[in-house]
Amino acid sequence: MASDVSLTKAPTPQIPGSPGSDFLSRLRRRGLGQSGIYVAFVLILLLFAIITNFKIVTPANLSNLINQYGYILILAIGMVIVIIAGHIDLSVGSIVGVAGAISGVFVVRMGYPVWLGVILTLVVGALIGAFQGYWVAYFGIPAFIVTLAGMLAFRGLTQLILGNLQISPFPSSYRNIGSGFLEGFFGKFTVPGFLGGGRADIFTVIVGLLCIVALTMSQLRTRSARRKYRQPVGSMAAFATRTAVSAIVIMYFVLQLSKYKGLPVVLIILAVLVLVYGAVTQRSVFGRHIYAIGGNLNAATLSGIKVKSVTFWIFVNMGVLSALAGIVFAARLNLANPTNGNTFELSAIAAAFIGGAAVTGGVGRVTGAIVGGLIMGVLLNGMSLLGIDPSYQQVIQGLVLLAAVAFDVFNKRRAGSR
Amino acid sequence: MISVLRRLQPIGGAHFLSSPGSHPRAFHRVLSLQFQTNFHTPRDGAPDMADTILEMRSITKEFPGVKALQDVNLAVRRGDIHAICGENGAGKSTLMKVLSGVYPVGSYDGEIYFEGELCQFSDIRGSEERGIVIIHQELALIPYLSIAENIFLGNERAGRGGMIDWNRTNAEAGELLSRVGLKENPVTRVMDIGVGKQQLVEIAKALSKKVKLLILDEPTAALNDVDSDHLLGLLRGLQIEGITSIIISHKLNEIKAIADSTTIIRDGRSIETLDMKVGDTSEARIIKLMVGRDLENRYPEHVPHIGEEELLRIEDWTVHHPQQHDRVIVSGANMSIRKGEIVGLAGLMGAGRTELAMSVFGRAYGSRITGRIYKEGKEIRLHTIADAIDHGLAYATEDRKRYGLNLIEDIKRNISMASLPKLSARGWVNENEEFAVANNFRNSMNIKAPTVLSITGKLSGGNQQKVVLSKWIYSDPDVLILDEPTRGIDVGAKYEIYLIINQLADAGKGVLVISSELPELLGICDRIYTLSAGHITGEVARADATPELLMTYMTKDQRSLTDLPPEAVQDPDNSVALPGRSAIDARIDQGIDPGARPGLATTAPVALPADPPVGTQAGTGSSPLQPVTLDRPNPTKD
Repeated sequence: MASDVSLTKAPTPQIPGSPGSDFLSRLRRRGLGQSGIYVAFVLILLLFAIITNFKIVTPANLSNLINQYGYILILAIGMVIVIIAGHIDLSVGSIVGVAGAISGVFVVRMGYPVWLGVILTLVVGALIGAFQGYWVAYFGIPAFIVTLAGMLAFRGLTQLILGNLQISPFPSSYRNIGSGFLEGFFGKFTVPGFLGGGRADIFTVIVGLLCIVALTMSQLRTRSARRKYRQPVGSMAAFATRTAVSAIVIMYFVLQLSKYKGLPVVLIILAVLVLVYGAVTQRSVFGRHIYAIGGNLNAATLSGIKVKSVTFWIFVNMGVLSALAGIVFAARLNLANPTNGNTFELSAIAAAFIGGAAVTGGVGRVTGAIVGGLIMGVLLNGMSLLGIDPSYQQVIQGLVLLAAVAFDVFNKRRAGSR
Repeated sequence: MISVLRRLQPIGGAHFLSSPGSHPRAFHRVLSLQFQTNFHTPRDGAPDMADTILEMRSITKEFPGVKALQDVNLAVRRGDIHAICGENGAGKSTLMKVLSGVYPVGSYDGEIYFEGELCQFSDIRGSEERGIVIIHQELALIPYLSIAENIFLGNERAGRGGMIDWNRTNAEAGELLSRVGLKENPVTRVMDIGVGKQQLVEIAKALSKKVKLLILDEPTAALNDVDSDHLLGLLRGLQIEGITSIIISHKLNEIKAIADSTTIIRDGRSIETLDMKVGDTSEARIIKLMVGRDLENRYPEHVPHIGEEELLRIEDWTVHHPQQHDRVIVSGANMSIRKGEIVGLAGLMGAGRTELAMSVFGRAYGSRITGRIYKEGKEIRLHTIADAIDHGLAYATEDRKRYGLNLIEDIKRNISMASLPKLSARGWVNENEEFAVANNFRNSMNIKAPTVLSITGKLSGGNQQKVVLSKWIYSDPDVLILDEPTRGIDVGAKYEIYLIINQLADAGKGVLVISSELPELLGICDRIYTLSAGHITGEVARADATPELLMTYMTKDQRSLTDLPPEAVQDPDNSVALPGRSAIDARIDQGIDPGARPGLATTAPVALPADPPVGTQAGTGSSPLQPVTLDRPNPTKD
């Protein structure tokens, strides 16, 4: 494009390898550590699609996959933020339990309306997070200790609240949060044979199309903003190809969902969370401060960043997201049980690390954690479809975590030796 | 410690003249040399080892895409102190890593002969077995272990059954400590002693390994002048014991004082080896060889334009230790900085320079802080660092890697770190603006990096320092406190930093420079304060300042110690940095102000150069270094 050529003559000379100048060089610059995770996810999905004879991508199974791992992904979003800041949270599984129990008490035992019960539960989650955040941020106790204590205490609290009894059943509007679908507002249409045939929900497809339009618009806006600032942008052809590929992937996925029951509510919750938290971590001052604190606490402090307050709010946020995951999980099971959320913290931590977060802090992305969680989900779901013994599944899950982090360390060492 | 210096100093001057008989170890060395030359026949191609302990021949080391070393030759005479000089990134450290086996044989080309034998080290252990020990710039001591445990780390003095013999460990450690002139109990934890002493522990550790060739990578970079002198004296002492040293240093005056020969490395090639006793070995010549060009003046010419308005004044500033609340670190300090003025703060390590600066910068250090701060005549209260930044203060730390930079992030995000609100609207960062700002700094500060997306951890020291300065200049302060702004930076980059400091002053900012190098303060400052044991002991205008005068003020309290009762001087906590430091503390604790003693004037008379004030144009905040906003549309905020 002509404008691209003229950009190289802009007053500020641009060096090759500047952002967006070339997709390949950008890939190389960011290293496989960041993009490798997406490639790995696609490969794993393809592999399982082939060996399960495409059972894993059937409409029913895809919907199932989202409902089954949605709550882990919600936890992973909060967890990766905690990890970027250089902390850890071991208590989220227990908070999931508390949240399920408390919402059960509000909604079932006390008969509060569902919306009120949900809001109150989220507030309780925030208070729990504030409690832990206080000890970590203002008292200076390592998060590992504080949240280990929280993990024990809140598990006990769950049992106390429930009095060692289960709460069930929940009202249907509550259950919908975890296992409901949005569909049927505009009826159905027959899918042409070359797209696999069958009947699909029109509403779901429209939402999918809107997503594609919104995505393309926002990409175009970013592009023109960069150009205004005389920053180089990639060629139009590469941009169009990339957008087209994303559009096809989204459409395929949406079409599959529309042939089953429509849009899972969990997917909508997740999409909103990813958008919001993706923007907060990458573009907001608060998000930048999180990365700065995790990258070098001393430098962040001496740059005037209010480290204590940022740390405190990170834990408050983790508490709210844990409570949300607790509601989704209880809604899906239609059950508040003292064991709800056991070991969920480990899955969330694993998702963050598979998604490229660094143990030492300062590195990680919300999208990475989501893909990390999806990799685990696809692996477990695929192995279940193949009828592999759950014990083996757990062994493989562990090895995948180890391999992912080992790959990351290997990459860094190779980059460091240069 | 004073006695140690006395012991070493007379020896240092005449080390080669002393007869072997008077030094049993040296005599032994001569014997062993004869033994070698008589019975050891060098192999084909091996160099004549009569007086060459080490020869590195055409060493070439490549990293992917970069030739770090190209055909480097290095020959070190036995018993010499051999200096290696070069700009940052010239390849000095790489060469030493090749020598010590950090880069194993096969990963480089060329040959290493040590005591006439071809050496092929596959790891550090290999080189240490031969008696080659390297002490890195970043000390490799474990802070929570005792001095003795650190000395014998990996080399433990074990008795039967692999159990450690503590009596033997501590006794042998004690002997080693007395050899390096460190009066400390071997069971003291390393974290409880200062950097200067830690350096001596490292040398004691090397001695415990029967070292023949000691390599020191910038050993005095973190030391003050007194500690440096002690260390260099110690190297001379070791030389007499027959230990050969290689010293990497940026400090040319040290090299001149101590080295027998100097090899200059530039851009990965060995340029020349100078015999320091023959021919022209002036600092100017060494600098010219290092940078490959003439550097006529190490400090740029600068005509100060000092305004009459006082930007910052500190009155009666007292700071206590953050943990030990009754220990006074800074006591009743008074200082002022005017518009366009470059003020220096000199002091020995432990005098409280950094502590004073950081406590002013929003109480980033200390406890029980009392005193007043005035900004442009009005009293301000700075409770947090954010307060200090809001009031136009900036503090660039002495330790940029630990306190200044997020090394895993790119240049752009480091420059914006202290000023994100400026780059954002309603909490959202304008990343394009950020990129443009950072790019302007990359150009105006001459940061050598392909893009502002380069990771700061991979930049050289000088470029990292420029990123730190950019960060603070972008925060648009009125007063900049620069703590050791040129530490660990090569000569060329230093000059650039001085130019930046001058430009800042010309833009009407007040600059406070803290430095351990007196020539630097004398070269760039308009006025210099001296600090000794927490007290401002002098204030000297540029015209009157000499190194001798500054040193007199900087050591004022130390001198006064001779008047103290003997038991106070022989305090076991006696330190290398400041002898009798705890004695001073004790006096302060008793409410006796050492600075108020009769015969000790608290401040020297000041004579400021009479320069026309530039109050009309100063203070508009438009420094020439401030990134120019050119024709970029919609900048979020100014």
